[in-house]
Amino acid sequence: MSIKKVSKEQPDSFEFNEENLKIANDIIKNYPSGKQQSAVMSFLYLAQRQNNNWIPLVAMKYIAKLLNIPYIKVYEVATFYSMYNLSPVGKYFVQVCTTTPCMIRGAYKLVEACKEKISKNQNTLSNDGKCSWVEVECLGACVNAPMMQINEDYFEDLDKEKTSKIFDKMFNDENIEPGSYRGRVNSEPENNRKTLMDLKNASR
Amino acid sequence: MLQDKDRIFQNLYNDGDSGIDGAVKRNDWSNTKDLISKGRDWIIDEVKLSELRGRGGAGFPTGLKWSFAPKEVGSRPHYLVINADESEPGTCKDRDILRFEPHKLIEGCLLASYAVNAHTCYIYIRGEYYFEGQRLQKAIDEAYEKNLIGKNASNSGWDLNIYIHYGAGAYICGEETALLESLEGKKGQPRLKPPFPALVGLYGCPTIINNVETIAVIPTILRRGGKWFSSLGKAKNTGTKIFCISGNVNKPCNVEEEMGVPLKTLIEKHAGGVVGGWDNLKAVIPGGSSMPLLPKDICDTITMDFDSLVKEKSGLGTAGIVVINKDQDIIKCMARIARFYKHESCGQCTPCREGSGWMWRMLERMAKGEASKDEVNMLMDVTKQIEGHTICAFGEGSSWPVQGLIRHFKKEIEERNNFNPLVKKDRNIPYLVDQHLLDK
Repeated sequence: MSIKKVSKEQPDSFEFNEENLKIANDIIKNYPSGKQQSAVMSFLYLAQRQNNNWIPLVAMKYIAKLLNIPYIKVYEVATFYSMYNLSPVGKYFVQVCTTTPCMIRGAYKLVEACKEKISKNQNTLSNDGKCSWVEVECLGACVNAPMMQINEDYFEDLDKEKTSKIFDKMFNDENIEPGSYRGRVNSEPENNRKTLMDLKNASR
Repeated sequence: MLQDKDRIFQNLYNDGDSGIDGAVKRNDWSNTKDLISKGRDWIIDEVKLSELRGRGGAGFPTGLKWSFAPKEVGSRPHYLVINADESEPGTCKDRDILRFEPHKLIEGCLLASYAVNAHTCYIYIRGEYYFEGQRLQKAIDEAYEKNLIGKNASNSGWDLNIYIHYGAGAYICGEETALLESLEGKKGQPRLKPPFPALVGLYGCPTIINNVETIAVIPTILRRGGKWFSSLGKAKNTGTKIFCISGNVNKPCNVEEEMGVPLKTLIEKHAGGVVGGWDNLKAVIPGGSSMPLLPKDICDTITMDFDSLVKEKSGLGTAGIVVINKDQDIIKCMARIARFYKHESCGQCTPCREGSGWMWRMLERMAKGEASKDEVNMLMDVTKQIEGHTICAFGEGSSWPVQGLIRHFKKEIEERNNFNPLVKKDRNIPYLVDQHLLDK
């Protein structure tokens, strides 16, 4: 259960664009008839993606109407889950994992880089309004620690210097490559592979 | 040691191709129809024979779980739900299955759905695994295209639809009933059991919930026989398992090994050893953050399987091994884990909601040396007040790591926090109970 700050500045209206409305109609079909409430989480994601990475209150009201459920049911879901942003986070949303497996491999060095490059405090937009960062709980890539997530992409095996470089590129809107930053292949033991030897790097 | 030919996840490091062509080369989907034509009872018996225990943490026998589903479909349809909400700190095995071996999972879904009479299967993936979800969706689309799933899946006469449902960053949704709530579009707060999901689950219908790894090993078990699987590992702890070794090791990695492999072998051989050598080892969390840690002397000899670890008052959990060496402050490490649990408590039961915050704050003070002597025992008491007094197992999950810390490192905590809050006799103001506040 995380504490959520709902933005004070709210837009007046929200509607799915044509493309998202089509996706939304397809998603509802995934669930039995009468159980359309199941689609609420996916709809919130759609709204978040369409509205520059955050969900305004009007979007929740719109989704409630679309699914024919009370507004509070949408509101409680949006406030319960930590991945729904209820206030603007910028075009690039940086999440740094600082749970123990990442922490003991130096995740707080990444946090330092965030403080230097993005903003002094978490959940605060950078000066140009493009980016914000937050400390999050385990992102499930512990073997590739320390790591962070920018929007949907995972950046793994980082250190402070590499993180700063990624941020520089990000602020210039350059393409940043996700994956391991030590040149390691996925989650295999780096230069120490003892299993599946016949297959080693078969297709590469 | 396990031989390469006995490893189930041949594409764990993505040496081949995760798509349908690569999967077929690895023998996936080769005789699915024949397996299904042998019948429901044969599948369940074979899984029982393999003695496969659930890979999600609790280690419940999978064959037994399947047999709880009603034999005949009544007025309500049956569902199969796959738990891919992998959020336990230290665990990242399902991620590799989702992105590199999706077809093993999909084929497993078909076989399991048939065994429990389900025509619909939902795969609940944590929201952060967006890319992995896309990879799995691609594999599902491929399977539909080749008619491996869908209507008359693999020509077996069984219809199956598979849908992906994304979570949104709540650890508690890995608990099976919270997962169902979330799947129904509600807050992820666990339900009271009984009734168990096998009878009253998703939308009130019979539902079987399994972990990704459990389902993904099913096709191989059925193909090579339950006997083969049970010949690996130890008695009652059979088969292979993906271990995730992270933390202070030289080469952190995921590796598939036999159950009952010595912890030291895993760390020294596969993960390149502890940073600073084996003697620099402080403690190991053997099964994801909710399992109590083990100090070095136990790590020297322990084998990694459910029963041996329970004997040491810990558990295999998800087999996410977090290695902590002597350069780390063990109290701080556990305080960070306590903070994780404070953040992730769903807030439904008071002991957990309040207690997880207490444990975190006390541990933070202990890490700084600001706690008093008797607070160590008080902390132990708090953990006992949480454990067993909550709806779901989150209460245990949050209090066990703290208990483990106190059990093995009590001396270290006491050395750091040894001031006595009682009023010293020679003080001038004897009636001031908060004397210790003045001392600072």
